[in-house]
Amino acid sequence: MEKAIKKYFPIFVLPTLIAFAIGFIIPFLYGIFLSFCKFTTVTDFQWTGFDNYKRILYVNGVLDTTFLHSLWYTALFAAVCVLVINVVSFTIAMLLTKGIKGTNLFRTVFFMPNLIGGIVLSYIWLMLFNSILQHISKTIVSTQWYAFWGMVIVVCWQQIGYMMIIYIAGIQNIPGELIEAAKIDGAGFWQSLKSVILPMLMPTITICTFLTMSNGFKLFDQNLALTGGNPGKMSQLLALNIYDTMYGTAGWQGVGQAKAVIFFLLVAVIALVQNKLTTSKEVEQ
Amino acid sequence: MAKKTEESFSVRRAKHGGIYTLVFAVFSLVWIAPILIVVLNSFKRKAYIFRNPFSISSRSIRDGWEPFVQGARKVMCGWLNYNNAVKKTDFFHAFQYSLFITVASVILIILCTSMCAWYITRVHNKVTGAIYVLCLFSMIVPFQMVMFTLSKFANLLHLGNPLGIVIVYLGFGAGLSVFLFTGFIKGISIEIEEAAMIDGCTPLRTFFGVVFPILKPTAITVAILQAMWIWNDYLLPSLVLNINKYKTIPIAIQYLKQSHGQIDWGAMMAVLVLAIVPIVIFYLFCQKYIIEGVLAGAVKG
Repeated sequence: MEKAIKKYFPIFVLPTLIAFAIGFIIPFLYGIFLSFCKFTTVTDFQWTGFDNYKRILYVNGVLDTTFLHSLWYTALFAAVCVLVINVVSFTIAMLLTKGIKGTNLFRTVFFMPNLIGGIVLSYIWLMLFNSILQHISKTIVSTQWYAFWGMVIVVCWQQIGYMMIIYIAGIQNIPGELIEAAKIDGAGFWQSLKSVILPMLMPTITICTFLTMSNGFKLFDQNLALTGGNPGKMSQLLALNIYDTMYGTAGWQGVGQAKAVIFFLLVAVIALVQNKLTTSKEVEQ
Repeated sequence: MAKKTEESFSVRRAKHGGIYTLVFAVFSLVWIAPILIVVLNSFKRKAYIFRNPFSISSRSIRDGWEPFVQGARKVMCGWLNYNNAVKKTDFFHAFQYSLFITVASVILIILCTSMCAWYITRVHNKVTGAIYVLCLFSMIVPFQMVMFTLSKFANLLHLGNPLGIVIVYLGFGAGLSVFLFTGFIKGISIEIEEAAMIDGCTPLRTFFGVVFPILKPTAITVAILQAMWIWNDYLLPSLVLNINKYKTIPIAIQYLKQSHGQIDWGAMMAVLVLAIVPIVIFYLFCQKYIIEGVLAGAVKG
């Protein structure tokens, strides 16, 4: 059978492969190559070695902290998002698996914001934030911390419903006997939470933690629409910082591409660590 | 015994109805309040949106009913914002472009990647192995890594129109889809296919007659995941499409904000409502599939 199918490569695989080459393979390899060049478009490149990577931190011999700032700002942002989203969505999931009347309706409502795209979401909240903040004569971009918490609220509102769905599925997968047995043995709510529910949920917790973390690191639309990086690039997350470097100033495309390579490595490490953790957990079970 | 049942019953009732439902009902209302406030404000004159986004009248109800109604007349402007929004953003065209790009991309992705996935699961050699690994790899690469080169190549190949961008979406979305399809195909037994082939079916007929119907649940999952991504995507189309000619809904909304940051908030409120309504309708009809899709997509991480 394998032989008979084999001849059909051009029909079965080639369309996807060509599109995959245009949409991913070539841009990716070429992107790595260009990060070592000076260029304004894909045809006028000039090899410059590690110059672009140096220019991320040093401009004319002076330390430029924009990228470093956006790096720790993003890390902090991702950390806060991971914490808030997971705690809240786990709590809601626990309550909504107790058989409360109207559970289905509540789940529907909590999940809804997730389907609305980042741009639309951000303008909804921009209106709310600014109309509330005007009472103290501020806007969402008055300081980088208003911007920070604004983005946290928007992202939480968007992702809590999504993580809630995953947590609910995880909780429902815990065998009821286990919790019953703990109850019979005299375990209270906190004890069974700590000794039965949380350990059984570890795979789900790992997935949700890394999903929120990588979403936090890759956030772009909400950042662009809600703050635009203001005030003065101070609320730029990494993705927007790269975009701004590439398209904001002429002659800096190479530096932008070099930043993108570093960004890719960062996201890849997060993904690989997650993969390692989830597969090792599976082996243990 | 009787007492015990009664007791557990009452505990049950206290736990499962009443107060919890009430608390969650209030919480749910607060949760979707931002959307409701946007709907409310989309009918208000723009000057009044920021003055007080939560009210419908310029006068307090404490001033009496008559002044309150008069104030409401002054604040509310009917469908005026909607007229403005549709004109300013060319909304119906944007909607058509969004719809066409999403539907065409999803159909093409389902068709091509399911075929590709079947081939690389059934035929074992270095090429198919490499394709699978590359697909896995592409899932961890953020878009910023390829955005510059991808958009330039798309321009060189004249893919900057709604038809061309479909190919870009197929290419950039292939990784996840191939991964999900191969995961499923590995689980179905090869005997049925072999029987079909022995009966004289070509691989094409075997695939569309036997394999594809079995793949349907995964196809729906892939379709939901890709549709949610493509419909809401902003950055890729804004870089690849010829923006002066073709704007999808997210792009049209972002471009409502002028270069110096001025926003016509009346039109903005209306266009946000117009953007949300189709999503809510779609969600209410396909809720079951969307939730399943989300779960399947999450497990891949």
